[in-house]
Parts: sequence; structure tokens; C-alpha cells
Amino acid sequence: MTTELVNIQPLYQPVKMSGEMAVFSPEVEAEIDWHLAKYPSKRSAILPIMFIVQRERGYLDGPGVSYLANRLSLRITDIWEVATFYSMLHTKPIGQYHIQVCKTLSCKLLGADKITEQCSQKLGIKPGETTADGKFSLSLVECLGSCGTAPMFQVNFDFHENLTTEKVDQILDSLP
Amino acid sequence: MFIGAIGCEPLQLRRVHLENSHSLDVYRANGGYEALKKALDSMSPDDVINEVKKSQLRGRGGAGFPTGMKWSFVPKDSPKPKYVVCNADESEPGTFKDRYLMERDPHMLIEGMLIAAYALGAKTNYIYTRGEYKYLIDIMDVALDEARAAGLLGQNILGTNFSSEIYTHTGAGAYICGEETALLSSLEGYRGHPRMKPPFPAVSGLYASPTVVNNVETLTAVPDIITMGGEAYQKLGTEKSGGTKLWSVSGHVNRPGVYELPMGYDDMEKFIMEDCGGISNGKQLKAVIPGGSSVYIMRADQIIGKDVRMDYEGLVAGGSMVGSGGFIVMDETVDVFESTKNLTEFYKHESCGWCTPCREGTDWLVKIFKRIENGGGRDGDIQLFLDLCDNIEGKSFCPLGDAAAWPIQSAIKRFPEDFEKHILKN
Repeated sequence: MTTELVNIQPLYQPVKMSGEMAVFSPEVEAEIDWHLAKYPSKRSAILPIMFIVQRERGYLDGPGVSYLANRLSLRITDIWEVATFYSMLHTKPIGQYHIQVCKTLSCKLLGADKITEQCSQKLGIKPGETTADGKFSLSLVECLGSCGTAPMFQVNFDFHENLTTEKVDQILDSLP
Repeated sequence: MFIGAIGCEPLQLRRVHLENSHSLDVYRANGGYEALKKALDSMSPDDVINEVKKSQLRGRGGAGFPTGMKWSFVPKDSPKPKYVVCNADESEPGTFKDRYLMERDPHMLIEGMLIAAYALGAKTNYIYTRGEYKYLIDIMDVALDEARAAGLLGQNILGTNFSSEIYTHTGAGAYICGEETALLSSLEGYRGHPRMKPPFPAVSGLYASPTVVNNVETLTAVPDIITMGGEAYQKLGTEKSGGTKLWSVSGHVNRPGVYELPMGYDDMEKFIMEDCGGISNGKQLKAVIPGGSSVYIMRADQIIGKDVRMDYEGLVAGGSMVGSGGFIVMDETVDVFESTKNLTEFYKHESCGWCTPCREGTDWLVKIFKRIENGGGRDGDIQLFLDLCDNIEGKSFCPLGDAAAWPIQSAIKRFPEDFEKHILKN
């Protein structure tokens, strides 16, 4: 669940298909239908469906945004307006493994700077950058609610807590 | 990390160490869903609200508003649907208690929400969880499926004519969505911008319908209030603040964790120096932020030898607030200028940009911190900080502006030497 060296999956598979509007498999469409059914207003499903589009496309690209607008009966600008507000939504390509180091106070007090430095050194990129092969992105993020097990980082959706520089090496080395 | 109770029998944390504590079987084997059965079988919705009023349960998300009173504001004769929304956004620095409640005892939240839904007449309910907590959303979804399959959720719950549904909803990385009206904007599919109050959500909330927004810890207290009765629950705490309270403890302590204490625990010094194992690495205590990053920072000499009582009134008398109960402990090596800069960067990043005082003010505050840090301190910088904070506090659209101003105001007042040291560096 958390803190263990779990089998971390890539955030997405590289998308080969392109076009004016994204097309998804029947399984993904069924998942989207489930979210739409939860709310009396279609628009409420925008965040859950954005996460699905992001997972399938790698980020919220033009065809993905066109799909969202069409599926939710909204304007393209309505989609961008929401997409640019939330920090977990990406409007530019991001690495398949997103390493997010918490920089807020409790983590900072217990060595977040060292963890960031170790990630930077190991991956050869600064916070805010992606490796040339598109595999890793490194970000500094605000409080992730792991203050009692600080310092921590999140790799894709997995929390890794009570980090040491050795543990950072071990986790990063384990990523396929 | 420690998870447990000090100074009382564990109540909300009593199941968290059981094997498979997240499962329906373990929950039911340990008294789970008995409170819901009691409410549906023998209490009217008004009876439930009255018990919650008697319990003196105050909202555990930060504001501390009496829960029973909030519930009683929902109009009974509204023709619109009503909603119960659980605020599981938990993004306040230093606060991580709700996470463990959902991870280890998700059915307690479902039961609490269903009792609230019964009391208020809500047919559809949502748990709004920050997107980063994806693993918790997965746990909650499994628990909701278990409850649905067991006839505890959906149509004709426990064979009665009460029907109600609960769905999880994913946030996407925005602290402001912990503010209840911003949360509702986000749940409706918009940017998480706060709304003008009044009207309050109880009258016009989600989809302009009557809505109660309660925090995870608040809702998980409800089953025990129904089981033991409001008065018995109140007696676990103080006259004005009933029950027990969870405190998230982090920073320079030997035993960080989630602590359940009776409301009104009478010695904050003992709590830090004994219960939490004291200050790590043999260092001295310098400062504590007791209620999440948006409350006043306290000096060690406001705590040591002062018998600060840990409840709403006691912490105000001691010079701070309960807030969300996020204790951040700092040892003598901490530079309060730097820690305050760190928190101000947080508020700058999390300002939603909707109103000018907060958007521009937090950005400006960070610029001043950085200028001073880079050796560009000037005479009058302390006054500049205070003037800026004065122009944010009470003048922003929602409490995020206050939350950004208070750490700086209190840090300057209580640790002026740490600010002067940096300003005079040049």
C-alpha cells in the first residue's frame, strides 16, 4: 500500500494514435459512464474523467480536451479553465514516472532538501524538469499529508515515506 | 508512527489495529452499523439531530462549528434534494489524521455519513477526497461496494424505507478545495473558487440545494454519539467541546503520530514531552504550531510550565487555536524566519487567485522573504510584512488570506530575533 517497494506502474503508455478528437476503448468508455452516472450534472464528472483521459493520453492534449468537451457538452475553454487550475492535471507532457517530493514544513524539517538533491543527482534533472527520454519527471509539491512519516515523495500514485537517501536510491533503481 | 489514544480509552481509533480493520466483517464484528440500525429502528431524524446537539460535537476540520447546529440549519421543507458531503480533502500542512481513519476504518465513515443522511433526508452523498490520496479512494470504493452488497447502502437500507447512496469524488491538487464552498464549486466541475456566504451551504450548497459539509473526523464521531447517547459522548470532553479529538503530530518529536485525546486534555507540555516522547536528538523545544499551519505559532515558554489545556478555549487562552489539530513541533535548531517562509510559499502556491489581497499579497510576501534571504534586507521590512498581512487578513474573499497572514504575524511577534537576524544580514 504505502512505503513498500511496490510494483510501480508507469503513469501511461505512449499514445501512438493522434487526430482531432481522442477515441477510447469500450472498457474506458464504460469507466467514464460510471463516473457520469454518479452526478445529476454531467459537468461534475469533469475531474474524474480528466484523470482517465490523462491516464490514457499521457497528459491533457488537444484531442483529449476535445473529447472531454464533446462528452461533457462543454466548450473547449471550459475544459482548459479547469485543467489549468489543479496541480495534478498536466497540460504538457510529463514523464512516465512522476517523482513528487513534498517540500512543506514537516518534510522540510526532516530533510526534504536532501531527498530532492538525491533525486536530482540520480536522475540528472532539476525539479520541474523531465529526463530527455521522457521517462522521469521531478517536481516539488506542497503538503501530501504524510507529515508524521516525513520526509516523503510520491511516485505516480504511490506514497513512499520515512525516506532516507539510501531508500531513494533503492526506489528509483527499482523503476523499470 | 504511533496511532492510538492517550488519557482515555480509544474511541475513534479503537479498531485501527485490528487485522483487516478496513473490512465490513471486522467492522460488524466490532459493533459496526449497530448505530445506524438503532437510528433507523428507534429514532426520528430530529432525534438524531438532537443527540448530535447534546454531544457538543464541534466540526473537526478546522473551524470548530457545532455540528448539531449546522445540521439543524438545513430546511426541512425544501423541495430540492439534500446532500451530505464529506470533506476528505485534508491538505492542511501538519494534518494527516483523516487519512488513517479512511485507510483503516472506512466503514465508520460510511456509517457516519448514512446516519447524517438519514437525519437530513439526503438521498445522494459524496466523499470529496484529494486526488493525491488515490489509494484511499480505492479503499473507500471497495468499502462502499461491500456496504452496497450487504444492503447497508442504496435502496431500502437494512430493510427499512430509507434509501441513500454515497459516491467518492476525486479532487485534483488544490488546498483551497478544503474550504467548504470551494469544495462545492469543485464538485460541480468548476475551478475551486470559494463562494460568498450567506447563503450558507446548509441552505444553498451543492447544485444550489441544501447541503451539509462535514469533515471525516466529524462524521466518524457520529456512530458513537448515537450508540452511547449525546450526553455520554459530551462527558468524554468538556462542557463546550464534547468527545475525543485526534491530533496529528509531526516534526522534531521522538514519537510522531495520530493521537486520540479527550477534548480538554489538560497539559500540552506533558503531551509533547512525555506522550509524544519528547524532542528528538536530545534537543530543546523551540516552537509548536498546534493546529495546522494556519494557526499562531507558540514559543516554548508559552507551553513549558503553563498547563495549556488542549481544547478550543484552552488553546485560545494559551495563544493559539485548535484548527485541524495538526501539531508541528520544532526544536532549537529551527530558524523561524525560514519555517515561516516555507509556509508562506505554501499559501502563495495554494491561493486560488480569485481575490486580489490573497493572490497579490501572498506573492508579494514570498518576494520579500526571498529578497531578505538573498541578503537584501532593509530597515522597515518587519513593518512591511505586518502592513501587508494587515491588508490581507480580513480582506480576502475566504479564510485562506487569514491563514497566510497569521503565521507571519505570530512569528514576527514571538520570534522577532529570527527575522531581525536575516534582515540585518546585509
